[in-house]
Amino acid sequence: MSTNIGKYTLRLDKSPSITGSAAIGGKKEAEGPIGKMFDIVNYDALFGQKSWELAESEMQRQAAQKVMDKCSLSPGDIQYLFAGDLLNQIVASHYGLRELGIPFFGLYGACSTMAESLILSSMMIEGGLAKKVMAITSSHFCSAERQFRFPLEYGGQRAPTAQWTATAAGACIIAENSQPPYIKAVTVGCIEDKDIKDLNNMGAAMAPAASTTIKRYFQDTLTGPDNFDLILTGDLAQVGSDLLAELLLREGYDIKKKHADCGLILYDRATQDVEAGGSGCGCAAGVLCSYIIPAIREGKIKDMLFVATGALMSPISVQQGQNIPGIAHLLHLSSTPNPIQQGGNA
Amino acid sequence: METVTNQSYNQMVKKASPPSKSARNIPMAFLVGGAICTLGHALIKFYMSMGVPEETAFPAASITLVFLSALFTGLNIYDKLAKWGGAGTLVPITGFANAITAPALEFKSEGYIMGLGAKMFLIAGPVIVYGIAAGVVYGVILYLFQLY
Amino acid sequence: MELFWEYVKAFLVGGAICAVGQVLIDFTKLTPARILVTFVVLGVVLGALGVYQPLVDWAGGGASIPLTGWGSTIAKGTRDAVAEKGIFGALSGGLTGSAAGVAAAIFFGFLSAVVFKPKAKEE
Repeated sequence: MSTNIGKYTLRLDKSPSITGSAAIGGKKEAEGPIGKMFDIVNYDALFGQKSWELAESEMQRQAAQKVMDKCSLSPGDIQYLFAGDLLNQIVASHYGLRELGIPFFGLYGACSTMAESLILSSMMIEGGLAKKVMAITSSHFCSAERQFRFPLEYGGQRAPTAQWTATAAGACIIAENSQPPYIKAVTVGCIEDKDIKDLNNMGAAMAPAASTTIKRYFQDTLTGPDNFDLILTGDLAQVGSDLLAELLLREGYDIKKKHADCGLILYDRATQDVEAGGSGCGCAAGVLCSYIIPAIREGKIKDMLFVATGALMSPISVQQGQNIPGIAHLLHLSSTPNPIQQGGNA
Repeated sequence: METVTNQSYNQMVKKASPPSKSARNIPMAFLVGGAICTLGHALIKFYMSMGVPEETAFPAASITLVFLSALFTGLNIYDKLAKWGGAGTLVPITGFANAITAPALEFKSEGYIMGLGAKMFLIAGPVIVYGIAAGVVYGVILYLFQLY
Repeated sequence: MELFWEYVKAFLVGGAICAVGQVLIDFTKLTPARILVTFVVLGVVLGALGVYQPLVDWAGGGASIPLTGWGSTIAKGTRDAVAEKGIFGALSGGLTGSAAGVAAAIFFGFLSAVVFKPKAKEE
């Protein structure tokens, strides 16, 4: 059974497995450094649909279908679905996954949704409440841009701190302990507000939450950066990554050599014109499902922390001058399962 | 260990955030904006050479630029120009036309009435509201103080 | 030669007004919509104070094409209408003076939106 360690961390003694993953990307993502690792790439940003919102739904539908194909599963084999996206009332998930007929939990964690859905999925498996669960999320540049910022055809300059919302989706199947990657422990984040209001600087809004969650995990498990091959944040991009390193250094943790950010992996900032880097649910999900999970499975990465970050504002709260709170959820992913605890019943 | 206060964090953010590339942006805005205005001036001269009186040639030139801006917005060219031109494409009347056309086009997917028709004024609406309101205030002042 | 200087003046004045806009974008937190509003209201004020028309006479398109020029047509229309119709002119003058720009933007914007399809941005 799972064990609470420290105040915030839950060790999953049975270490559920991510048995399959699939990533869908758009044109810009395909042209990025890890573009070749996506399972499906759509060069048509509309994905053959009528609107950007339906395009994002189609991306989720494709991701769900692809991960089931890769694992030789049908919807009937999956007991629960945890899904979310950035659109109002998470319609991309609702419309994209409505035909699956799988019991559904809709989540909103902004860009942290991949980690949030994986945590809930792994808890469900650990608790013995299900055998197979799917976690899925997406973002689409065009649907996000017009909901949160300006119409696409509107002429404007992007701030150097702005981030590019990824057009990508990622889906994972989580099942009982069987193969790497194993989910060894999770730390659920708290909402953190450091008085940031700039919609064009999301990395700065989310970095404090990432710092707090990572620090809590280190404290709870008596570990530090040296215990991991990689500390991978979701979408802090350049500005947020620098801030995270500084915040954690002040807490006594030097993560510089171990830290990477999905927003800096997905795109090449030098050539792809994304300003500070990538963002969006699909950024962390796309990188995790295309690049990271296979790397753990092949043993290239042994122990890592996956920390997806989210900025929890809405267009209305921003217009009303409210701060942008952030959140960060953490999973310890490993190529080996937890050792069976003494007196444990795993 | 020290806790980072909101204030000191905001200082950190300022330091970590790269500033706008003003050394490039401002000259580009000058060049692109100047070019659009020069085109406007050429149109004024053109209409006047066609025998159009001056008080009509000025609005005619503006209308022509508005037409070109709406066209280039639809062709996805204006936003690319704006990426370089910045305020040079925002401040001329072509920027106003772009601000009207872009949401109209983008929100067409929500229908011709509440999408295209209503969202058309998403960005440019305030310009009309405050421009006209300032005009009315000015008119009332003129009337009250008999300045006309 | 005189014609050449006319274009140089239009270029310099138009460019300078736009450069001021860029300074506002880069060094303040003003959003584009706020900058547009600022320029139009500034145009109305400068037009009302009678300082904008001399600039238009001097720089032609360089002063009439920026949104400040559009704002000054609101002031001019208001002044003419108040002189002609009194207090009712205060309400009708602004729109009359600036009608060409607004109507053109609405109509051509409408046409463009009907004809073209939204496309994805790639950079």
